[in-house]
Parts: sequence; structure tokens; C-alpha cells
Amino acid sequence: MTQMLILNGLTKHFGSIVAVDDVSMSLKKGEVLGFLGPNGAGKSTTMKMIAGFLEPTAGTAHVCGIDVTEEPMKAKAMLGYLPEGAPAYDDMSVARFLDFIAGIRGLRGKTKSAMVANAVEQAHLGDVLGQRIETLSKGFKRRVGLAQAIVHDPKVLILDEPTDGLDPTQKHHVRSLIQAMSSEKAILISTHILEEIDAVCTRTALIAGGKLLLDTTPDELAARAANHNTVVLSVDSAKSGSLTVALSAVPEIGNVEQTSLDDGTVKLRIMPKGRESVFSTVTDIVHKKKVTVREVYVERGALDQAFREITEKDDAGA
Amino acid sequence: MRNIALIARRELGSYFLSPLAYVFIAIFAAATGAFAFYLGNFFVMGQANLQPFFTYHPWLYLLLAPAIAMRLWAEERKSGTIELLMTLPISTTQAVVGKFLAAWLFCGVALVATMPLWVTVNVLGVPDNGVVFASYLASFLMAGAFLAIGSAISAVTSNQVVAFVVSAAVCFVITVSSLDMVLDAFRGWAPDLIIDSISSISFLNHFMGITRGVIALGDVVFFASMIGLWLFINVVVVDVKKGS
Repeated sequence: MTQMLILNGLTKHFGSIVAVDDVSMSLKKGEVLGFLGPNGAGKSTTMKMIAGFLEPTAGTAHVCGIDVTEEPMKAKAMLGYLPEGAPAYDDMSVARFLDFIAGIRGLRGKTKSAMVANAVEQAHLGDVLGQRIETLSKGFKRRVGLAQAIVHDPKVLILDEPTDGLDPTQKHHVRSLIQAMSSEKAILISTHILEEIDAVCTRTALIAGGKLLLDTTPDELAARAANHNTVVLSVDSAKSGSLTVALSAVPEIGNVEQTSLDDGTVKLRIMPKGRESVFSTVTDIVHKKKVTVREVYVERGALDQAFREITEKDDAGA
Repeated sequence: MRNIALIARRELGSYFLSPLAYVFIAIFAAATGAFAFYLGNFFVMGQANLQPFFTYHPWLYLLLAPAIAMRLWAEERKSGTIELLMTLPISTTQAVVGKFLAAWLFCGVALVATMPLWVTVNVLGVPDNGVVFASYLASFLMAGAFLAIGSAISAVTSNQVVAFVVSAAVCFVITVSSLDMVLDAFRGWAPDLIIDSISSISFLNHFMGITRGVIALGDVVFFASMIGLWLFINVVVVDVKKGS
């Protein structure tokens, strides 16, 4: 089976509020899908429906071909789920907590010990095994939540904001853990941290107001940013004036911004019209003018800008 | 069954991880003894039986059972672990029964802690041990019914204090439902059948029935069905309220 997670018209109403509105998508083994969206967009609600905590008002989800509304117990057994905020039984020690979860997950005896040991190693919890969870730092608690979600080596992993509140090192660690597991699983993570999308995701889905707005790759999302394909050049300030004039004359180039820097150079930001690449045009002109370039790069497009543009456009349209 | 046992074991462990367990057992053992000696005139009666000891159990449970049960679900909701629990491959019924059994076993441990009194009575005289055994059974069954009520009510709220107060009030009304203070509220407008039914659910009557040494099937079935009914309500409440 290639499609490990399928959402089929998933909808959730809370009274008159539509929290999730007809969301459909699917996830293959090896894919890490980053679920993006502003707070209150419906990310967590969608994940709770997949995990079987909330019942969908309409539509359903299939985990490894099993319908979560028809056979919730079987579907839950296939899933690993990290709820938002990584709740855990605070009065238990890490070892006892993971042992409890593994037991409920149907593991026994030597297999159980081996699987728990593996999860402990992957989440780097070895040093705190005997500690009560309530005494742990936020980073460790999050890792306990992750260990709990992966202890039975599930085919599908649903992680609700797995790196929220972690310091940069911890974030990096959680991301490498997700990447290391990704080839064997289908993973859905939610986040509002855009760098995370670049760091771990092969795909990204944007949700706002309960609606799925976009399901694409991180590169394509970046291409929607206003600064996509903007060329940035640093040149000697003496040459910058004539170069700017020459560049502005090119029809594909919209605007050229100049910023003087302290070291006697000028930084030019050359923005194309229509976001098409103008890199070769720019280099041709630079060669013709015989300008020495100190630095050059092409901006890929900031994800946060693309994110804002898409969600704000949607707000205006609604 | 295995899931129920795992849930119960975790829950029971959690009682003993907090000071609540030791405080509860100490107070229960001390209070049942003190009530028997002072209010029940255990010595003055000069009889080798535990009647004065058991008489006060319903009133103690009224206070202590809601305290045991209040955390069962309210805490899960408050800390968010209910989302973890309900997304594990277990049914709501398994979770409800597991948690209830933990609380019930815990009360059982507290009851066992009062048994030195039973031994003492046997040293001092010749009590009817059959009656004492029946009374312990009745007390244990009644504790189960109180806990089932408390567990169901704790699933309604995420506030443990609210759960405690409401459970205590509900348990009180049910305990004394054969007394005029409850029945007067219904007399005058409700048909006799309803008044008789309300009167018949009184824990006091069923408890006293067994402690007289007659293990009537009716009384046992009564407590068992009370437990069953309230656990069913508990399952429904958890399913309806878990997401809110």
C-alpha cells in the first residue's frame, strides 16, 4: 500500500463554528507533510480527528486503509500520536510511563523492553529514566511525548507541534529524529514555525479558517513569495549608479533597491516582474559594464512571506 | 481484560505515588475506630460485635469516596492526558472500568487496614464472624457504588473541587433517600410508585440489610446494578465530553 494516510472530506463543526471544512489529502510512505497554518486554523482539530479523539462531523480518514470512524481501535493501533503540549502522566517516572504506554500498545516481555529501550535511545531519554515527568524541563517532556508516540514503531505518525517551546539545539535534535524515521513512515507534523518546513518536510499543506488552501512542496510555496528570484548584488559604490540605470531599463526587471554599506559598497536588490528568474540577464549586464561584484545571490523566497500573502489573501476574499 | 488491568495498575500506582493514599487510609482507619468507640459505644454495649463500627461507614464514605473518585477523570481533563488516553487503542469502557477498579481496590486496602478491630473483638469475645464478614462485604459493595457515582461525576468537570462537592451531594441524597428529608420533596405531587422507587434506592437500607447478617441477593444485586448504572453513565459522559 502506498497511501498510508488518506483524509477524505474531513469536516468538524463545533455548534455553528466550522473548525475544519472538507479537508482531503493523502500521504505516502516516506513523506513528511508539514501542516501549516495560523493559530486556530484547524490543524489540531484535524489531527485529533485522525487520531480518533474527536469524531468528524462529516468525512473520514483512513490509516493504512482502515477507516478511523468504523474501526477506531484498529486505526489507533497503527498510529503514533503526539498531542499538542505533549501531555503525560506527571506523577510517573519516564520509565514507568513508557512501559505503561508500551503495554497498552500490546507489547509484552522482551519485545516490550527492547522497543521501549529503542524509543528511549531515539529520544535521548537515557539520563532521566528514573525521574518523575513533572520534574523534567519542557524539552525533555516533549521528548517523552515523542518516545511515547514511536514506542510501537507505528506506520503513521501524527505530531502536533513537536518542537514548540524547545531551544534551538532541542529543535534540531527533534528534527533529525523525524528525518531519521521518515523513510519508513508517513509523518504528519503541524507547526507554525516556517523554518521547520524547510528543515524536515517533503511536502507542505496550508490550512486557514478550516480550509485546505494549498498542498505543495516547500520550494513551490517559497516561489509564491514576493521576493522569489530576487537577485542581490554587492558592488563598488562608484559603479552602482550606472548599473542601476542599465538594470532598470530591462523590461523583465521591476524595481532595483539600493542600500549603501559602510565598507564602500552598495547592495542592489533586483526584483523581477512576475517572479521569473532574471539571473542570467543580470549577469550579462554586469559583464558588459565590467563591474566587479563582491557578492551575489538569488533569494529563494521567504516562506513566512508566502504564508502571509496566501493567508491574508484568503482573509480578504472571505 | 489486559487493558483494564493495565489501566487499573497505573491508576492504583498513582494513588500510592501521592500522599493522598496514606492520609486516606490513616484517616479511614482512625475515624472508623473512633466512631465505633465514642459514638457507637462499642465498650459500653459490652457485646462482641462490630455493629457500632459498621454503622458509621456510610457517613464516612460520603466524605471520603468522593475524595478518592474526584481525580479519576477531572485530572485527566485538566492536564490534557485524556487526549493521550483516548487515542491509545483502548475502548472508553475499558478505561472507565480500569479506573473504577483502581479506586475500588484502593478502598478495599483501606478496609483491610481496619481489620485489627475484627481481630480484637475475637480476642475479647466470640462475635458472629459470619455477620462481620457480611458487613465487610456490604461495606465494600457500598464503597463501590459511591465510587462509581463519584467517577461519573468527575468526568463531567475538569475541576476536582467541583467534582468532590457535587459527588458528595449526590451520594448524600441517594444514601438518605428513604428518609423524610428527601421524600418530603416528592410527596404531594409525585405518585406513590415514584416515591417508593426513590425510597428503595437508599444505600442506608440496603447496607443495613446486609450488616444484620443476611446477605440477601436483592441487596447485593442492588449495589452491583448501582455500580453498573453509574459506570455506564460514566462511559457516556466521557465520550460526550472528552473533546470539550
